[in-house]
Amino acid sequence: MDTTLLVIQVLNGLQLGLLLFLVASGLTLVFGILDFVNLAHGSLYMLGAFVCASLTYALGNFLLAVVVALPVVGVIGYLTERVVARSLYARDHLDQVLATFGLILVFDTSAHVIWGPEGIAVPLPDWLNGQVALGSGLEVPTFRLLIIAAGLAAAGGLFWLVNYTRLGMLIRAGASNRTMVSALGIDIQMLFSLVFALGAMLAGLAGMLIAPITEANIGMGNSIIITAFVVIIVGGIGSIKGAFIAALLIGLIDTLGRAFLDDLFGLFMSSAAAENSAPAVSAMLIYLIMALVLALRPQGLFPPKVR
Amino acid sequence: MKRVMSAALAAAMLGLPAHADVKIGFVTTLTTPAAVIGNDMKNAVDLAMEHLGGMAGDTKLEVIYGDDGFAPETGKQATDKLVKQDNVDFVAGYIWSHVLLASRKSVLDADKILISANAGPSQMAGQLCDKNFFSTSWQNDQTPMAMGEVLNKAGVKSLYIMAPNYAAGKDMTAGVERTFKGEIKGKDLTKWGADAQLDFSAELAKAKASGAEGIFVFYPGAAGGAFIKQYDQAGLKDTLPLYSVFTVDALSLPKLQAADFKAVLGSKTTQEWDPTLDNEANKKFVADFKAKYGTYPSYYAAQSYDAIMLIASAVKAVGGDMSDKDKLRAAIKAADFSSVRGKFKFGTNNMPIEDFFLREVVTDADGTWTTKVIDTVYTDHVDPYAAECKMN
Repeated sequence: MDTTLLVIQVLNGLQLGLLLFLVASGLTLVFGILDFVNLAHGSLYMLGAFVCASLTYALGNFLLAVVVALPVVGVIGYLTERVVARSLYARDHLDQVLATFGLILVFDTSAHVIWGPEGIAVPLPDWLNGQVALGSGLEVPTFRLLIIAAGLAAAGGLFWLVNYTRLGMLIRAGASNRTMVSALGIDIQMLFSLVFALGAMLAGLAGMLIAPITEANIGMGNSIIITAFVVIIVGGIGSIKGAFIAALLIGLIDTLGRAFLDDLFGLFMSSAAAENSAPAVSAMLIYLIMALVLALRPQGLFPPKVR
Repeated sequence: MKRVMSAALAAAMLGLPAHADVKIGFVTTLTTPAAVIGNDMKNAVDLAMEHLGGMAGDTKLEVIYGDDGFAPETGKQATDKLVKQDNVDFVAGYIWSHVLLASRKSVLDADKILISANAGPSQMAGQLCDKNFFSTSWQNDQTPMAMGEVLNKAGVKSLYIMAPNYAAGKDMTAGVERTFKGEIKGKDLTKWGADAQLDFSAELAKAKASGAEGIFVFYPGAAGGAFIKQYDQAGLKDTLPLYSVFTVDALSLPKLQAADFKAVLGSKTTQEWDPTLDNEANKKFVADFKAKYGTYPSYYAAQSYDAIMLIASAVKAVGGDMSDKDKLRAAIKAADFSSVRGKFKFGTNNMPIEDFFLREVVTDADGTWTTKVIDTVYTDHVDPYAAECKMN
């Protein structure tokens, strides 16, 4: 196993981890602060991809489309909170799961009606389509580096927002004790709407960033939402820091598992057996991690300080 | 009125059987992103019914669709519903090998006729072959076997293989390994299904590092377009030429063209059919399909069209009488219809014996990206599992 390949795979893992973080951060905020289980969070990721894809064709520029699509998805998130989520806060988690599962079907079917079943390929400008040489034999697709940069920037922005602004202070306070926050005269409804819209924009951004790689697809949100739940469970529900570290951990484990597990298995079993078992085990790997965390540290690796 | 009554009475006295309509169940994927394949098949079935005027001889045909949701358990449910509730005479369709494998018993145990319009799992060509099961596509191994021969001819010495981790993915890799004489540098089977893996960064990095002279892939449906783009973005076109089966097709090409992914032009795939095949049935099929739906038909569509035409020919031959199964099976096996492939015959295991072509992605006269035949790889090819089939 040479170092170049390892470095590339670590970068790939980082890219997946950052995308996961963008989805999981919104999920963990909504779950942690609003105490609301939003299965439809993945649909916002899908809508981000579709809106951005359509805008890319309409405006002729991917980056411009992202800039325009972000507030659009934010508004969709805001409206979802006002119309659907708000009336469900008082209900228990099962009702919320059922309602937001219904929401997934509504979003998926709407996307089917608006954009058709086939999905949309998103063209990139030429300068993003190439590769960047990071050393001899170490070539990485430019766009994947952009994903990493955008993911880190969004994560940095979120850290700043949460730790150094008034809104962030309220968000942290809400995550610790929402009753006390509203008792102090804060417009908790407005705060909830903003958190929801913020989460929608982060998930939408992840969808926009992945669309040029995998295309915008109906149901693309449903696979990532499961992994995002794994991330917030491992990281500790309500914790942004936990979501960040867990997302990178899960991203790296998943990618490195896919990349190197068959070689690893080949050391102690026949190559045919390794070839057959490695894909199955690498698909399970992140769930094994989650099971381990749940068994040893059920509150997650970095739970918010006061619950 | 009186005359009609007496005619009916006369017919009844003479004992002429008055046949009900013949019902065809058609199972394909109509939801999830893979619905793009299912819709293409449905379009072809509708076109076939239009060409037939809804009739097979004097018998009226009716098609009832079932959605497999890209999952074996949903496909089996849809099949059960067609067999038990709708009491269809034929069940056709099936894109996915794992769905067909899960559904086969529901049809065969009820002594109905099962016709695959795409999936060709090795099991059902070999040990699990059945007198009631026919295919208008191929056995999974055959198309990649043809690709293996193409690679040998092109002097490719080593190969990296990528495919989804399910029944057909395994058959496809087995197929290319069966004929490819060079070295296999590495192989990746990726997660498949409604939540299939679509980001191939880790696998492409491995393929590049393996130093193979070419990469063989099988990624049907939406995954195909995603793969081609990432292959392009990773800049592998010159160092790791792409050889694919069921990946670049009439479904992915319009999208790739819209996004201007020129890397796919000139890429080569093997297939048993192509829109440019020169025969009357195919010309009519392609022209009418394009006129009606505005796109080139895919091979999924061609195989579905053939499936309906095959059923109609058999129903016509037995005069709409579905009760004598031996006669019906013989009529199907005769394959007396004009296939869009130009010729069509069944082997001992009821899989087609057919030609395989090498196709290249080109731009047609209207500027649309499509494929054309550049070589014939196999003539009258018999699948490798035919010998294992003990038909009873």
